[in-house]
Amino acid sequence: MRTPGRAGVPAAADMGRVHGVADQSTSFSDGGALPRVVIVDDHRLFRSGVRGELGEAVDVVGEAGDVDSAVHVIGEKQPDLVLLDVHLPGGGGVEVLRRVLAQHPQIRFLALSVSDAAEDVIGVVRGGARGYVTKTISGRELADAIVRVADGDAVFSPRLAGFVLDAFSATDAPPVDPELDRLTQREREVLRHIARGYAYKEVAKELFISVKTVETHVSSVLRKLQLSNRHELSRWATARRLV
Amino acid sequence: MEGRLLGGVGAGLARHLRLDPVVVRLALMALSVGGIGVAVYVALYFFVPVDPEEREKGADGPDGRRRGRDLSQLVAYVGLAVGLGVLFLLFGGVFDPLLWFVVFGTLGGVILWQHANPSQRDEWMTSTVGGAGGKGIMRAIAGVLLVVVGVIGFLVFQEQLQNARAGLTFAFTVLAGIALIVAPWIIGLIRERDQERRERIRNAERAELAAHIHDSVLHTLTLIQRRAEDPREVQRLARVQERALRSWLYQRPADADTTVSPALERVAAEVEEEHGVPVEVVCVGDCPMDDGLAAMLRAAREAMVNASKYAGTKNISVFGEVDQEEVLVFVRDRGAGFDMDDIPEDRMGVRGSILGRMDRHGGSARIRTGPGEGTEVQLRMPRIPEA
Repeated sequence: MRTPGRAGVPAAADMGRVHGVADQSTSFSDGGALPRVVIVDDHRLFRSGVRGELGEAVDVVGEAGDVDSAVHVIGEKQPDLVLLDVHLPGGGGVEVLRRVLAQHPQIRFLALSVSDAAEDVIGVVRGGARGYVTKTISGRELADAIVRVADGDAVFSPRLAGFVLDAFSATDAPPVDPELDRLTQREREVLRHIARGYAYKEVAKELFISVKTVETHVSSVLRKLQLSNRHELSRWATARRLV
Repeated sequence: MEGRLLGGVGAGLARHLRLDPVVVRLALMALSVGGIGVAVYVALYFFVPVDPEEREKGADGPDGRRRGRDLSQLVAYVGLAVGLGVLFLLFGGVFDPLLWFVVFGTLGGVILWQHANPSQRDEWMTSTVGGAGGKGIMRAIAGVLLVVVGVIGFLVFQEQLQNARAGLTFAFTVLAGIALIVAPWIIGLIRERDQERRERIRNAERAELAAHIHDSVLHTLTLIQRRAEDPREVQRLARVQERALRSWLYQRPADADTTVSPALERVAAEVEEEHGVPVEVVCVGDCPMDDGLAAMLRAAREAMVNASKYAGTKNISVFGEVDQEEVLVFVRDRGAGFDMDDIPEDRMGVRGSILGRMDRHGGSARIRTGPGEGTEVQLRMPRIPEA
């Protein structure tokens, strides 16, 4: 069931994961192959619900209900994408990210949670997830998000965009690394539109740029969010319990 | 204090020692001849707290503690002055060290005896509650030190220390022995008490949680089962419950009446509850409320209500951003949209409640819409610079 050639180039895939450079051979948005997905959530009812909602849009190859079985199933099935619940028995979604990404850096994660808490959102994204959506998302939107993340792009919900804007503007302290600790004017503009409820396509139209450019901006924001080691980020997240 | 003659010290002391008040008063009078009784009385009057029950009674009654206090305070001060005067006469001046040892001893005794009062002792024993405990211990140490200094000093200056030595040694030995025997038991007692207290707190928390779940979640679930045939109502109930539970779980420190972000969320929650269309709110930053912002929130509310009623959409996005100079609110739906030109001049909804209101308060509003394109209402209000 392994996709040939993918596991063999973890370094390149890892770069893709961090820098948002989509690997052309695995583009799912063209409608070629279906992304292979593992669903990790401790509520069985919810797993089957998601499975039903996604229907034919993706290929669900496995499920898991806790950290240990998730690591096992993901290692065995080598999916393109893992739908990850933030709250899991045995250490939470962050623990799954830590253990899986150490061995299989090419696997992409989309966090799916009922939690709106900034701690959870920022924590799991900094742990390596490429997107964060809440469980109220519709089946179609979820399928879109899966395809996007599986292709190496980032998915920001309006809420996550709001968190990022807040986190990066929360302090006047001089940035440690200006490259990583600050958002550019354009990135800020894109995030503000996402927070206002605009889809990527609508953002592109609004700002007179291509959808691809919007994706590049979002991926670059994601990279900053993941790599910036400014303490303010985590401190901000803990200080702010909920939107 | 019922049945008090002066400050109530005599009666209080009598009740504490379970003696007849008359005996106590006589004893105090006898002591007062030397001046010490007055000093003790005054010290007790100020240091010993009033029984909480008594205090309440006093506050309610027409002739409360306050009124009584003014008069008796005066008397007490006079008494203090007289007592000290007598002491000085007795010892021949302020410079006699003996006098100071007597004062030290008395003061220390008074401090220690305070702990005999149940409410005080409780405060003193509850060392788990942070600062209060440390203060209590400090006070106890100070009291003991004062008494020891007073007693030893008195003995030294009476030149009786030599004679008292044998007795003191005996007393110390006995005390040490008793302490050795009793200490483990007392420590055990204190621990037991702490554990009981913790258990009680835990039980109270559990009871509160159970009550909350029962009142809210179980109640809503029952309602949902009964309204199962009405999906709109079921969704509304679920949303309302979810919101309530979230705000209960992640108690927000900010107050909806004083700052913008929570206020905007509250407005959205109200509109959602009224009209049954989910409103998603994202807020960035926060600042204190003022009149202009309150007007802006009313305009935003109007925009949300319009979107709920006319757009025919499944959800509404609201984004609030607090900038350095201004506050922005965007209310967006992907619904039917409308043609601005079709709206009659006299319709209050959009023109009066949104555009006009923002203008009047020094802000601005922009509406972007078109048939089939959805609607976005953009509100902008300059911030009043903080003084």
